[in-house]
Amino acid sequence: MSSADYSSSLLQIAAYIVLLALLCMPLGRYMAAVYEGRFAPEGSVIYKFEGLLYKLCRVVPTREMNWSQYACAMLIFNALGMILVYLLQRAQNLLPFNPEALAAVPADLAFNTAVSFASNTNWQNYGGETTLSYGTQMLALTVQNFLSASTGMAVLVAFIRAFVRQDVQDGYLGNFFVDLCRSVIYILLPLSLALAVFLVGQGCPQTLASYAVYEPLETAALSSGAADGKNQSVESAKVKLALGPVASQVAIKQLGTNGGGFYNVNSSHPLENPTPLSNLVQLLAILLIPAGLCHTFGVMVAQPRQGHVLLLSMTAIFVVALGTCFWAENSGSWQNPAWNLIDGNGLALPANMEGKEVRFGVVNSVLWAVATTAASNGSVNSMHDSMSALGGLVPMFLMQLGEVVFGGVGCGLYGMLVFALITVFIAGLMVGRTPEYLGKKIESFEMKMCSLVILIPPLVVLLGTALAVSLPVGQGAVFNTGPHAFSEILYAFSSAGNNNGSAFGGLSGNSPFYNFSLGTAMFLARYWLAVPVLALAGALVGKKRVPAGNGTMPTDTPLFAALLVGVVLVFGGLTFVPALSLGPVVEHLLMVNSR
Amino acid sequence: MTRDNDLALPRGDRASLAGSRATASSLFQTELLGKAMLESLRKLDPRQQLRNPVMFVVELGSLLTTALYILVCTGYVKESTPWFVLSISIWLWFTVIFSNFAEAMAEGRGKAQAASLRQARKDVAARKVLDNGAAAETGVVGCARFQTVEVSSSALAKGDVVLVEAGHVIPCDGEVVEGMASVDESAITGESAPVIRESGGDRSAVTGGTRVLSDWLLIKITSSPGETFLDRMISMVEGAKRQKTPNEIALNILLTTLTLVFLLVTFTLYPFSVFSVKLAQGGLSGAGAQPITLTVLVALLVCLIPTTIGGLLSAIGIAGMDRLIKANVIAMSGRAVEAAGDVDMLLLDKTGTITLGNRQAAAFLPAPGVSAEQLADAAQLASLSDETPEGRSIVILAKQKFELRERNLQELSAHFVPFSAQTRMSGADLEGRSIRKGAFDAIERHVLSLGAVMPEKVKEDADAVARQGGTPLVVADAGRVLGVVQLKDIVKGGIKERFAELRAMGIKTVMITGDNPLTAAAIAAEAGVDDYLAEATPEDKLALIREAQSGGRLVAMTGDGTNDAPALAQADVAVAMNTGTQAAKEACNMVDLDSSPTKLIAIVEIGKQLLMTRGSLTTFSIANDIAKYFAIIPAAFASTYPVLDKLNVMGLASPESAVLSAVIFNALIILFLLPLALRGVPYRPVGASVLLRDNLLVYGVGGVLAPFIGIKLIDMLLVVFHLV
Repeated sequence: MSSADYSSSLLQIAAYIVLLALLCMPLGRYMAAVYEGRFAPEGSVIYKFEGLLYKLCRVVPTREMNWSQYACAMLIFNALGMILVYLLQRAQNLLPFNPEALAAVPADLAFNTAVSFASNTNWQNYGGETTLSYGTQMLALTVQNFLSASTGMAVLVAFIRAFVRQDVQDGYLGNFFVDLCRSVIYILLPLSLALAVFLVGQGCPQTLASYAVYEPLETAALSSGAADGKNQSVESAKVKLALGPVASQVAIKQLGTNGGGFYNVNSSHPLENPTPLSNLVQLLAILLIPAGLCHTFGVMVAQPRQGHVLLLSMTAIFVVALGTCFWAENSGSWQNPAWNLIDGNGLALPANMEGKEVRFGVVNSVLWAVATTAASNGSVNSMHDSMSALGGLVPMFLMQLGEVVFGGVGCGLYGMLVFALITVFIAGLMVGRTPEYLGKKIESFEMKMCSLVILIPPLVVLLGTALAVSLPVGQGAVFNTGPHAFSEILYAFSSAGNNNGSAFGGLSGNSPFYNFSLGTAMFLARYWLAVPVLALAGALVGKKRVPAGNGTMPTDTPLFAALLVGVVLVFGGLTFVPALSLGPVVEHLLMVNSR
Repeated sequence: MTRDNDLALPRGDRASLAGSRATASSLFQTELLGKAMLESLRKLDPRQQLRNPVMFVVELGSLLTTALYILVCTGYVKESTPWFVLSISIWLWFTVIFSNFAEAMAEGRGKAQAASLRQARKDVAARKVLDNGAAAETGVVGCARFQTVEVSSSALAKGDVVLVEAGHVIPCDGEVVEGMASVDESAITGESAPVIRESGGDRSAVTGGTRVLSDWLLIKITSSPGETFLDRMISMVEGAKRQKTPNEIALNILLTTLTLVFLLVTFTLYPFSVFSVKLAQGGLSGAGAQPITLTVLVALLVCLIPTTIGGLLSAIGIAGMDRLIKANVIAMSGRAVEAAGDVDMLLLDKTGTITLGNRQAAAFLPAPGVSAEQLADAAQLASLSDETPEGRSIVILAKQKFELRERNLQELSAHFVPFSAQTRMSGADLEGRSIRKGAFDAIERHVLSLGAVMPEKVKEDADAVARQGGTPLVVADAGRVLGVVQLKDIVKGGIKERFAELRAMGIKTVMITGDNPLTAAAIAAEAGVDDYLAEATPEDKLALIREAQSGGRLVAMTGDGTNDAPALAQADVAVAMNTGTQAAKEACNMVDLDSSPTKLIAIVEIGKQLLMTRGSLTTFSIANDIAKYFAIIPAAFASTYPVLDKLNVMGLASPESAVLSAVIFNALIILFLLPLALRGVPYRPVGASVLLRDNLLVYGVGGVLAPFIGIKLIDMLLVVFHLV
């Protein structure tokens, strides 16, 4: 890559980060106003509409819930959503909005997809345009995209209230349905609407018409069956172009860190991500809400710096990951001579372009890969399987950190807050005080819940991978040999076990074994975490706030940010280094050695 | 009340200083060492290990590798060489034993102390008074009038009254109901000077096991045998009743979680390895590929789980209690020691803690027409027979300022007029002079009754003195008012610096005094305390503590009187003086055997040190894992992926030596850090941020680097001695 290309790449990265920083601050403040009820105070015109919804659903907005009520409401609501998505898929052949007359989805795939979309993972074992009808895409998937995202945000808001309120005897954390509703109508819907309209402007389809059929200009080039010498019938040479309500789903898939694309190849499809501008805006949409929520947290606890420190920690890991990935994908020539592609002018392209869209190039592919795995988004615009060994390690490791570097909307920040509590616990001891975070003492019950939160994702990922590599059905699904095959399985479970949903590729996941094991992984990773987080909130909300003094360890300093980054990296590193060393690390070393 | 109030350096500090010096020298006493070694083998009992999940896993690993060794030797199992399995097994056992040894060492020191305490608790003969001393008004003076019967001390019950005469041991804790005696309490306090115990007031509590040296005491028993202060003290010191403290439990949860995570990591590593062998065999280099051996898996597990902190955790807790005992403080629960580290508000009595016990003369302010020397002379004459500290200080000040020598009242044929509640004055009559000193209003009444007047300047002076926090003492010769002697509280030397340190630690100090607000404010400013509570009643103290606690603060206080008891019971850390009343002692959660009011500060430091030691060693333990990965991962998969040797950054000689070095390092580091665990990480009164930064550098960064060096050194030694 020439130095001009380098500087243009770095400029794009810098522009992305600056734009994100500029946009997330006002959004974060706005979201705080929404959750604190300042945006739509009772009696205001907007609230009348909101109140109508509550009346319709028989929700009493003023009735607060304690942690177990909140958790029950969340679980039942999600279970119903899951069942609905399952049924809609199973019966799509009987339902309207199915112009292509697609068949009902098989049970195991429908289960996997239902869990996938309810848990905000959006792992796609199905191929969107070949499996699901418009009706299913809209009613099941797009709706769940909103609801799973707002579930995460609601749990986060309840958790933040545990720090905002003090000494609450009944342990009231708020009303789940109110938090859910506000997340949808004031945050996700308006943003999605704006983004969808923009994407339509860029060329994304938004239609209920059936797939378009084109007559290709050069029939021979497209028909693989031409080799046998027989004339192709005109009918079979026609090309079907999948259309549908694309823009509306893509908008929320990015904003709600869902990631489930309309098309099978996700955002590398020209109709899902038509232009460089749509690419940039979608990239921003991936991290916008997770980053903004850090500010929301700071505003709600009335200490904006606390939010800044969390954002700083996330950004620090993000930038290092991005740098590593960018370097790995660009230093292809010394890694693998086969990548020394020659462009049309006879110039060497030392970068790894395999699996990348030429429209986006290395920098936008890397930026997307890192952003989508930092946040638990999981949409892709390049094939991660084709990245260099170290380049592929970065997205995998970002997921294995527990999806706390930005992470999913809501769940990323509550995951990071749990890490903050653990950091405070260890560091607080080092200054000779029993630890406290934002004035709340961290004692054994809190540590128990934090322990569950950090224990479950590795449990799911490692056990799932171990099961898959031990069983013939698991082993048989990989396309590659050597350590890369191991990476493919590890990546799949890292993605499902942390509710990311991005696929490495190279693994045929649509088999009963993977549908079931990955589905279970997604289910456990989502709800086993949310429940202890709410229990933690329930314990914290009843505690008094200890006023900060000289002896209190400050949690709003760069030192704390560094410590938090250290704890996140060390914990994730210690858990996954052995597995990674058998996958991408050894793959890299073998490749370097064979040169 | 006499307190050791003449010390510039708070006494608690001296005790703890002496304690830490003693610790250093006695740390590896041979006798203790031998006992601890024996004890560390006895603690291998799995039922004991179960209390510590981390070390329990290590013990299971040791058993597993031992079984493996036998199987490998007999040829049932083929994996590593027998010598390698044996070496790993031995060092895993050492890891457990070292951890047991750490705990035994910490316990051993307490046990020695408990043994000497137990001697004092021996069953003694007690003279139980019949009818609780109410009978026998036979006219006989003294203790002979009581009818007593001899019983064993273990047969005494609460409410019994016993008579203890000179030379006898007090059989049980109790309260003096009659008599006054000097008591040797050295068995408990280690202080050889006898103390006075008398009925009524704040010196009525006596402790079982102490000895009456002179006179006699009639004592009402307040606790049943087996529940006495001495019994509680013995069980605390021995650690027999040691329960895990809240923070220790929380830390244990974190350590158990880490252990579970690493169990999971090693457990899943086997299928990963088998699959990788399969993949490698499909490639070019996989001819001799073997999956990871069980021995290496166990070694990896033990290296990764936090054995360093896990092995030292209970030793740290016991050593913390021990440090407190060395400072002559008995904590009634480990919880209180931890809470001491968290305290952010100290309530300190003014008298004895902040100021010297009594007020002292500071200046002579003469009335118009009187010279300062005349005033001093009169004041000195009036005070010559006054044995109160205030009186002595007037004599001394006059001597210092005007070279006025002490005169003998007999030579002057003077008549001393003692202080009386009616006149509220004292003084002397001599050579036709009638000198009186007393409070302003008392003297004013006195001179008015003699038909004289109080000069306006004296009144102004007296007011000014009061405003500055002093006590004005007016001196008059018959009807002529000579002037004012300013008495003031003398703030202890060094106390201001101490409060500055406390402030840096984030602890707010509040001075409690019965003085008026003016006086209190002046002393508070001079001593540098953050706040004061003037004209404090027991209710005020209680209200202050409750208010602070509702704001989330943790409050510590000392007290000795019965009227302190409610406040002591409310405070989070309550330290009672050993000289205090039974009520105070029962309301507190720590007893200071030295009865030093400044001990609270030392207690806070010990609490902080305890937490810091835990945190620092946890950080160190986790940071160690990074280097261990670099040692073990390349070694573990050497046959599958030889290329992983690039990660062997330490250049360890062979896969076997790499794994063994890591295991040996892991075991030895427990012994290496044992002195630190027993001594505690030093606390410095700087802000939390500085402390965190420094400890992070030492134990975090140090924890990352140290094992790289240690493992490399051990590997080199293993190679030199051909052990691998």
